[in-house]
Amino acid sequence: MKPCLAAFATALLLTAAPAQAQGFAGLGTTAEDFSVPERGRELTFPQDHGAHPDFRIEWWYLTATLTGDDGQDYGAQWTLFRSALQPGEAAGFASPQVWMGHAGLTTADSHFAVETFGRGGTGQAGVTPDPFSAFIDDWHMTSRAGPDSDPYDRLHIHATGHDFSYDLTAQAQGPLVLHGDQGYSVKSQGGQASYYYSQPFYDITGTLHLPDGPVSVSGHGWLDREWSSQPLADDQAGWDWFSLGFDDGHRMMGFQLRGAQVFTSGTWIAPDGTATPLPPDALEFTPLGSARVAGRDVPVRWRIDWPEGGVSITTEPLNPHAWMDLSVSYWEGPLRFSGSHTGRGYLEMTGY
Amino acid sequence: MTRAALQALLSHWLRSPFQLAMLLAGLALATALWSGVQALNAEARAAYATAENLLGDGTSAQLESPSGRMPEGEFARLRRAGWDVSPVVEGRASLGDTRVTVLGIEPLTASSGGTSAELVTPDLTGFLAGVGFAHPRTLNEIGTSQPDLRPSQAIPIGTVLMDIAQAQTLLDMRGHITRLTLAPVQRDGLTPLNTLAPDLRLVAPGDGTDLAGLTDSFHLNLTAFGLLAFTVGLFIVHSAVGLAFEQRRTMFRTLRALGVPLRHLALLLAAELALFAILAGMAGLALGYLMAATLLPDVAATLRGLYGAPVPGTLRFDPVWALAGMGMTLAGTALAGGQALWRLWRLPVLAPAQPRAWAHAGARSLRLQGGVAVALAIIALILAQINGGLITGFALLAAALLAAALIMPLVLAGGLALGQRLARGPVAQWFWADSRQNLPRLSLALMALLLALATNIGVGTMVSSFRTTFIAWLDQRLVAEVTVTPRTPSEARALQNFLQTHADATLPMQRIDARLAAQPGQVYAMKDHATFRDNWPLLDAVPHVWDRLAAGEGVLVNEQLARRAGLRPGTATLEMPDIGVLPVLGVYSDYGNPLAQATLGLDRFTGAWPDTPVRQFALRSENPQALITALQDEFGLPGNQITDQAQAKALSLAVFERTFLITGALNVLTLSIAAIALFAALVTLSGMRLVQLAPLWALGLTTRRLAALELGRALVLAGMTLVLALPVGLVLAQILLAVINVQAFGWRLPLQFFPADWARLAFWAGLAVLAAALLPAWRLWRHGPHQLLKVFAHEK
Amino acid sequence: MTSALTIESLRKTFGSAPDIVHVLDNADLELSRGQSLALTGESGSGKSTLLHICAGLEPFDSGKVMLAGQDIAQADDSARAALRRTSVGLIFQQFNLVPSLNVAANLAFQARLAGRHDPGFVAELARRLGIAELMARYPEQLSGGQQQRVAIGRCLAARPRLVLADEPTGNLDEATGDAVLDLMLELAAQAGAALLLATHSTRLAARCNLRVHLRAGKLQVSA
Repeated sequence: MKPCLAAFATALLLTAAPAQAQGFAGLGTTAEDFSVPERGRELTFPQDHGAHPDFRIEWWYLTATLTGDDGQDYGAQWTLFRSALQPGEAAGFASPQVWMGHAGLTTADSHFAVETFGRGGTGQAGVTPDPFSAFIDDWHMTSRAGPDSDPYDRLHIHATGHDFSYDLTAQAQGPLVLHGDQGYSVKSQGGQASYYYSQPFYDITGTLHLPDGPVSVSGHGWLDREWSSQPLADDQAGWDWFSLGFDDGHRMMGFQLRGAQVFTSGTWIAPDGTATPLPPDALEFTPLGSARVAGRDVPVRWRIDWPEGGVSITTEPLNPHAWMDLSVSYWEGPLRFSGSHTGRGYLEMTGY
Repeated sequence: MTRAALQALLSHWLRSPFQLAMLLAGLALATALWSGVQALNAEARAAYATAENLLGDGTSAQLESPSGRMPEGEFARLRRAGWDVSPVVEGRASLGDTRVTVLGIEPLTASSGGTSAELVTPDLTGFLAGVGFAHPRTLNEIGTSQPDLRPSQAIPIGTVLMDIAQAQTLLDMRGHITRLTLAPVQRDGLTPLNTLAPDLRLVAPGDGTDLAGLTDSFHLNLTAFGLLAFTVGLFIVHSAVGLAFEQRRTMFRTLRALGVPLRHLALLLAAELALFAILAGMAGLALGYLMAATLLPDVAATLRGLYGAPVPGTLRFDPVWALAGMGMTLAGTALAGGQALWRLWRLPVLAPAQPRAWAHAGARSLRLQGGVAVALAIIALILAQINGGLITGFALLAAALLAAALIMPLVLAGGLALGQRLARGPVAQWFWADSRQNLPRLSLALMALLLALATNIGVGTMVSSFRTTFIAWLDQRLVAEVTVTPRTPSEARALQNFLQTHADATLPMQRIDARLAAQPGQVYAMKDHATFRDNWPLLDAVPHVWDRLAAGEGVLVNEQLARRAGLRPGTATLEMPDIGVLPVLGVYSDYGNPLAQATLGLDRFTGAWPDTPVRQFALRSENPQALITALQDEFGLPGNQITDQAQAKALSLAVFERTFLITGALNVLTLSIAAIALFAALVTLSGMRLVQLAPLWALGLTTRRLAALELGRALVLAGMTLVLALPVGLVLAQILLAVINVQAFGWRLPLQFFPADWARLAFWAGLAVLAAALLPAWRLWRHGPHQLLKVFAHEK
Repeated sequence: MTSALTIESLRKTFGSAPDIVHVLDNADLELSRGQSLALTGESGSGKSTLLHICAGLEPFDSGKVMLAGQDIAQADDSARAALRRTSVGLIFQQFNLVPSLNVAANLAFQARLAGRHDPGFVAELARRLGIAELMARYPEQLSGGQQQRVAIGRCLAARPRLVLADEPTGNLDEATGDAVLDLMLELAAQAGAALLLATHSTRLAARCNLRVHLRAGKLQVSA
């Protein structure tokens, strides 16, 4: 931990002037000279797997629900955030691109979190589109896909902290999924939006290095890609985001943005990758129980209802104390769900 | 009882306000000099700490390149290998009206230990966008408005802290960094650094440019001076307390006879002393603070000039300092007044009330004093043989000075006895006999005078010897008519091309930082040229040293390095980074440089470190003024980048003079205190003298003649002290030059004699003594008959 | 007979009105060479003051004091000092020896100042005063009586024209005191010097040619 960077939390995803942080991590400020997402722009790959320095923020976000050869459940998170002081890129330390890596590892009774910072231009951190690699320090998410396939089809992921590390290989079992309107994902009634797509069909194998020793794991993974310049409305203070893998092969992404009004959205994904965007307010999220985590009450058990799809499930976290106690802090951890359907997933909660 | 007794004790001071004033003045002055020097030291040390804390350098190891810079890719390479390193760019640049040290950091990876982190964090985006920090004084010096620079006391003077990207631009170092700092904790299992980056050198925490270490000698010097002044001040206190004790002896006897217990009386006297110590201590602290505040700008300039140490010119008030100063005053008072209390303890109730001479030194105590002096002299001789550190050097100095001070009364007594034997005429005989008899009462003050004079002569001789040597050395070192400092490597290349046709010779100055014989140091390149062959100040060398150096067969080392590492040309070798072991070909004097230094032939140097930038060109020219004009026209170089020989010498001498300004000031202050000590002794003595002088007046000597004799006596004693101080001072100078300087700075200087300085000192000392003796003599002359008659009138 | 000391209408007061003390009030005195005069009076009557005035040590208010034919009031400081050096010898009640000189040097001191040093005479004096064995000692090493004899010797060695002695035998036992006084009288007579002796011993006073009593500032010649 670098205490000096604690205050960087507000500055990170960041904003030039206003001192009063608006929304979570300052995400709710205006776009100024940055590009903004436009409805109808077609996403092209592999180009859009790379960085978009003209947009203010962007992330490469992998979560994995895992089971060890010891029979225990595990969760792993690997994230690279990009945040631009100014649009565009420059060589060396003059680069306005700031990068932040987060890695998390959750067991039933422990949660590990580590972060690292860097800036673009020097080679310390960044994303190269071809061959694809997202990296910061000695962490990386690098494509191992064949020449004719999508770079995201096979990835190697590594992160390390002082007390843990992991090496994972992710093999995609289905296509990329575009959220919203062909990847244009609306985030509020006011029209704030981002580009958003996922690869939700990973089979994962690998090794977790825990203080007690290595554990071989396998399971499923979900990669989120999102970039924007102003994804939140002024009054939106945080979100609750779910990525769910149904035992029957379906996937579902759903979130609610908490503001003056609650804004919900999601995507229903068939086993073949066919995506059905869920209209606003189609999903209902109901907190069922909270845990005292890092000095605050965080709702760690939820009921999720999608009446039109006949889905009504209850989620149970693997570890209610999966708090990412970093410069930007939030809750992120694996869960199991039951009810109308069963399966495993990941929950991220910010703004508590 | 307590109140009545205290009243009786204190009534003495009401009747002798002058004595009280002397006591308080002595204590206050002693405190002032000691605490003033301490304040200077503390301020400087705080400044070093500020500089170290800025980046947490004291706790972080550093990775450095021998060439002083490395490609910034090294940073990413090590980060990608898992090492927690952060880049630093450091260099000198012109900013506004001044040159500053630009320090560029990368806040996203910087270790959280330094004060820079606290400074940068609140507005990290602002910092990344170009906001820098500097000390308010630096901002003043920069002058022109710098909207992107914010004031901060946490930044050392002369340094500007900014984001690494801004610093690279300002220093023309795009793509390069100066060094990498390692976070204190690194992950296990990383590829070792010597495998990953074999070209980079790992410097342990606090092992680099350790300002505190380099400047230690300077501060030890100041402390020694402060202690000397404090001691001289205590002489005054001791004599005032002792006299007051003698004069109140009857009162003590009476008080005890009236039933005041001895313990009680001693406590009262101790309380009285403590009260005076506190009063005078407070005044002394105020004076010391004033003195320090006055001298600090010069001290700061010295430290900046000599060591590049960033010391601010303004003083802060530190309560710990004040308490320590007060403690020193109380301890000193206890020491100076202890003898009186001890004698009170041993005073029998019915002792004769007749005052004896309080400092009457019988033959036995004189012999004892002589014995101690001889013992100290032997200790000094032994210490002189030991090649110890700086502390040994100062112990030697202290032993020698103390021995001289203790032996002085014996020598003076011998001189006076000789004078008496040679004297013709009754008045002359009486003059010598009387001087001899009064010597014990003056000897403490004269010892103080001896110490002050000897210090003056010693330090003066050291400084003058240094100056003479230094000026001759400057003539050897600064042969080049013009030096020019390129702002950027590209400018350096352009300059080199231009100079090939415009200067008679172009001597590039290149250097790398390196550790030499486990010391921080630098390696310089030297082009084979007559400029060096004819002038370079070699102290010792092998035959054909220049040919062998040019051929790359060995190195020259500076005197500092040669002495510290015991390197002798011809037999010794030196391990050179990236090159290996090379024979030492010669030793050259290198005054004013705190670092170890080695010089290689240019070819050998560029072979080992090909990318080292040229920092400066030394130019030979028949017509330097034309060359300067041409350089200004062609390159538009500002004035501070072209230096002609005269300027360079003036600059060096200015640094030198400022270095010893503080020494001069302390010299004058010490001498003044000694004069005051003598004044105090003479004035208090003049009261007792009446009884001795009255018979002579009755026998037909006029008061005018008696006054003249009193004045003459003071001058004779002071003159004899001065004569004694001369050899003592020269011994002191020799110790300073051959022991202290070698230990502190690494160079030895030849002792030279400056009789004109001695004459000047004799004049001033004579004037000081005359001033001290004038008031008692004048009082005797003017009020003599009236006063003297009282002696007879008191007979009844 | 030439006059060694002439005092006419001498006035000396201490203090200021209304507490004026008239120490000497219109005092007259005449002392010729070879004469000895005893000045008696009670303690504090002003005997010492009169002696100090005669020696030119103390100023007076009015009147005339002639010393060796010289008017003291007219003499400046250095002339008075010269008179003390050459013409007057003072013997103090508390001796006032020079503490830094030994007995020999003290004895010779005034004679040498006066330019009349005669080692043989000094040796003779020392023998007769019984201090010949003390020559190397310093005043602080002597008893009161020994110091007094040295003081007398110092004065006589200089052979002054006028000896002013203030209780010169006060510290001596009766027999020694008488012997010393005899010596003083003898030497004064030999040298033709005048002796003014302040004392309150009527026995000593009786041995002098003249006797004067000082009371309330007036000098009265007594029988």
